[in-house]
This record gives sequence, C-alpha cells and structure tokens, in this order.
Amino acid sequence: MAYAILTADRVKPGDALPELAFEVKPIDVVLGALASRDWRPQHHDYKYATERNGVRDIFMNTPNLAAWFERYVTDWTGPFGRMGWIRFRMKDSVFPGETMVFRGTVKNVDTDERGCAWAELDLVLTSGGRETTVCTARVAIPAAEGDNPWKRRGEDWKPRAAA
Amino acid sequence: MSDRSDLPAEVLSWIGQKRYELVSEFDVERGYIFTTCSSVQNGNPIFWDDKAAADITGGAIAPPAMISVWFRPHHWSPGRSEPAVPLQVHFDLKKVLELPEAVISDNTVTFGEPVRPGDRLRTWQVLRNVSTPKKTKLGMGRFWDIEVEYVNQRGEWVGTESYTGFGYRREA
Repeated sequence: MAYAILTADRVKPGDALPELAFEVKPIDVVLGALASRDWRPQHHDYKYATERNGVRDIFMNTPNLAAWFERYVTDWTGPFGRMGWIRFRMKDSVFPGETMVFRGTVKNVDTDERGCAWAELDLVLTSGGRETTVCTARVAIPAAEGDNPWKRRGEDWKPRAAA
Repeated sequence: MSDRSDLPAEVLSWIGQKRYELVSEFDVERGYIFTTCSSVQNGNPIFWDDKAAADITGGAIAPPAMISVWFRPHHWSPGRSEPAVPLQVHFDLKKVLELPEAVISDNTVTFGEPVRPGDRLRTWQVLRNVSTPKKTKLGMGRFWDIEVEYVNQRGEWVGTESYTGFGYRREA
C-alpha cells in the first residue's frame, strides 16, 4: 500500500495548512466527552452548563479538542507525521450549532541533533466566527523518503517543549 | 515565582511533590481508540488498518493525544462512595482555596514512546505553582500549574501534560 508522505524538503515557513471546517452538533460534544471518558455535566447537561457554568450551551471538552488538533495536523502530514508536543490555550468555548474552522501555518522547519526533522506550526481554531483556541504544535516528519519518525526511540526521540 | 505567603500551609506542602501515583484502571484498548478517532473523524490509517500500523508504527498504537484518557476513572465502580475525579490536584486546590468554579486555560502535552493496546500505564501529578489572587472576566481566583507524568509498564516515558488551571468564584 502506498501512503501519503509529507517530507521536510517539501515544507517551508509560511506554508498554510489546508483549512478544515466542521459543523458542530450536540452529538459531537457528547461523543467527544464520552470518548475521552470525561463525565463532567457541562459537556452533556444543558441545564448544568447554562445555570451552573453560566454559558449558553454544553461545550466541547479539552481532551477532545486536543484530538481534533491532532487530527488536523496529521491530516496534513499523513500517517508518518508523529506529534512531539502540542500546546493550546482556550480563549472561548465551542458550542453546538457553530462551525469550527481549523487553520494553520508553518512557523519553522528544523532538524535536531539526532537527525529528526520537525515542523513547528501555529494553529488557530475559530468557532461561530470567534477565535476560541490558539495552539502551537511540533510534529516530526520524514526528512526524506524512507525516513520514519515513528521508528525513533530513546535518545533518538527528543520532543520536549521549549521552555 | 509568585508570592506564596498567603497560601495555606497545606497547599504550600504540595508544591513540587509527587502525588496521586496510580496505575490505570484498565489496559489500553482499541474500543476507545476507535471511538476517539470516530469522534473527530480521524481517518489516519495507523489507527484503523492493521497493515498500515504494522508498516508504519510497528503495530497498533493509540492516538498520542489520548494520553490522559487511560486515567479518567469510571463514573461509577463498586465500593466507591463518591465519583472519582481526574486531575485530583486541581480539585484539591478548588476545595482548599474555596474556589467553587475552575477552568483549564492552557494545556501542553509532550509525547514519548507510543502507547499501544495492552499497555498498562502509570501516572503521577505534581503541583508546580499557584498564583496570587487575580481578577478575570470569570471572577476572582487563582491560576495554578500542574504537571502530570505518564510511563508504561516497562517504565518508559510516554508523555507529560502540563495544565494551567484557574479556580474562581463568580461575581455576585
């Protein structure tokens, strides 16, 4: 089987990732919370979310948002992309009835001392037209055809986030 | 470093300490992997296709972003009188600092060795910092930083999560 492979020589700072738009329904919020074993009521109980949390509806939970960002990044890299780290800041919530739009830009491309190629990405999620989450991610991608970041172990895998 | 002089001694004693070390309640398993991929419509073949997983990742793995999923307690289990909560240090801070509401504002996750079906992971939590009282649009409260470390059954590092939480009291 041939797999999509994005190699480092085809990526440069300023490159835009393809946009991803998704219309959020209540089932997406509830499914995402349950898939991540998050039983807190603000992710499935409208009354609790609106009366106790003071927001306008149930809203997507943090672990599921991380899964969305991971999917967005690896849609771009293909299956050889291996996430090193991801950092995100929630500024607002994602509610049912809104359209989420993921956008991303390549901030930097580099190779570490062990020969692992990395792309650093600036990512933004808007929902209902509001900027709800900003994110930075570092993903290892093959330096060239035949390289596979997933084969790196121990000292050859250095994903630690910069301070 | 924030001024910690107004913090309760109990909270001060938690800073930098390894707490709540525990082994996950169940092995990493593919049902949750599929459900998670389904929830975000992630069609990456390394999660769905055994041949792709064998070729690329040396066998089935879990999406790295699922790292914390394996430690969220069951909503109910025999003998438990109250619902268990994940990220217990976060809830301890809410209780001791008398801040009834809280949100997670920042989250950094760093990924190590791949997590595979059948793994049994171990974790612990470390409180790194608590801020002085701050006022935000949510209310008056404090920020705190918590790190959660994860290793597999062989002691190999599989990930670290760093959370910034904000516990607060809503404006009257």
